[in-house]
Amino acid sequence: MPSEKQNKARPAENPGSVIAASLKALGSGFATTAKHLLRKPITEQYPEEKRRLPERSRARIVLTRDPDGQERCVACYLCSAACPVSCISMQSVERQDGRRQAAWFRINFSRCIYCGLCEEACPTSAIQLTPDFENCRQDVLAMVFEKNDLLVNHGGKDDSYCFYRHAGIVTDGAGKGEHRNEHAPVDVKSNLP
Amino acid sequence: MLAWIAGLILLLVKLAVILLVVLLVAAYLVWAERKLLGRLQVRLGPNRAGKFGLLQPIADMIKLLAKEDLVPEAADRIIFLLAPAVVTTTALLMFAVVPFGPDIMLFGRQIPLIISDINVALLLVFAFSSLGVYGVALGGWASNSKFALMGGIRGAAQMISYELPLGLSLVPVVMLARSFSLVDIVNAQTGYPFILIQPLAFAIFVISAMAESKRIPFDLPEAENELGAGFHTEYSGMRFGLFFLGEYVHMQVLGALIAVFFLGGWRGPWLPGPVWLFIKIIVVALIMIWIRGTLPRLRYDQLMAICWKVLVPAALLNIIITGFIILI
Repeated sequence: MPSEKQNKARPAENPGSVIAASLKALGSGFATTAKHLLRKPITEQYPEEKRRLPERSRARIVLTRDPDGQERCVACYLCSAACPVSCISMQSVERQDGRRQAAWFRINFSRCIYCGLCEEACPTSAIQLTPDFENCRQDVLAMVFEKNDLLVNHGGKDDSYCFYRHAGIVTDGAGKGEHRNEHAPVDVKSNLP
Repeated sequence: MLAWIAGLILLLVKLAVILLVVLLVAAYLVWAERKLLGRLQVRLGPNRAGKFGLLQPIADMIKLLAKEDLVPEAADRIIFLLAPAVVTTTALLMFAVVPFGPDIMLFGRQIPLIISDINVALLLVFAFSSLGVYGVALGGWASNSKFALMGGIRGAAQMISYELPLGLSLVPVVMLARSFSLVDIVNAQTGYPFILIQPLAFAIFVISAMAESKRIPFDLPEAENELGAGFHTEYSGMRFGLFFLGEYVHMQVLGALIAVFFLGGWRGPWLPGPVWLFIKIIVVALIMIWIRGTLPRLRYDQLMAICWKVLVPAALLNIIITGFIILI
């Protein structure tokens, strides 16, 4: 048994070597702290020094636009459904040209837990989390962001993606079979047996 | 009559100067400790209040004074209110017997740089050191809270145990100086400081003095991670501040005592006496801060084992050897 052997070996050690070993351990401890005294502190002084956060860090939520400058959000309610604290609400509406969008879109940041599930649920890359974490307000009602506060003029993390160029949804911009990688519609009567 | 009044004024001036210097140094020891601990842990330490955080002690004091002076409902009110004063007062009173320099001549009078040179000064120091236990034990008991009580009990046990090696380690010093007076002990070190011929007594004294002052390897009475804040858990505002102040005054007293007993007191080349004593006190305090930044807290059984199984026998052995050598 190794553990018994260890226990038996302990008292057999002569006290001189034990004292020497503990003094050495003490000395190395004091040497370590003395060395740290001479090192440069690693503190980042926050309000003056701001670290550049990773792109994918999760903070303030924005609504992005596609490369044409149109709103990406198609008001599918998936983010609202995925949100564990129900802080997203919206009303969908269909535009004249056939695209869907949100009539109003509201995120209550005083309730948001910045989990990122809305971003994962979004089929059009519209809703995205940004690294901007300095998003506090004195007034709790000011934490409720409307669509105008949320919309930004860029595509965020997925800059070139445009939902309506890929999805086979008929709008004024593209009819049936005119989307990217889309085959011409099949004449269902031609493939009868 | 005139001489009597002059003596009284002189005494009051000395008291005022010492009190002012001790309290100011205590405040800036807190700053030095926080700054140095920060650097030992690769942090910056306080740096917001003033340049290098130099106004931090003043900001802390304003904060402590402005805080509510809270007394728990179940506390033993009178003892609760008195306990912090006991800790600070006993620490401050120990400075009464520490000699700060040689006698100086002023307006044709010989002025000793000490508040009172009494012939049993060393015993007085131990008496006040023992009385300091009351502040901790009663403060912990009067709070009527389990954490404070645990801290108070630990404090009492630890401080009473370490009183023994503290006293025994100084017996060889008294044997060599043939006096209990701190002035005579300093004068006995004219040729060489006692640390050179009593290194063992020095080591025992430093270890037990650190246990007496409840600083980090021996800070069981206030062990934050087990007992909240130990004996001063229930204290707030300036009453907590008094415990805090007491600790830093105690640090200076220990520096002064270590200097007087082992490092030759105010003796040193070139510089005047008080300056040398000040340097020695500061060096001891900085080393104590370094120890705090390095060592972890002892376990309770280890604490008692070191005291009773190592320090007390070693101190007794040291007395016998010293006595034997003096006889020869």
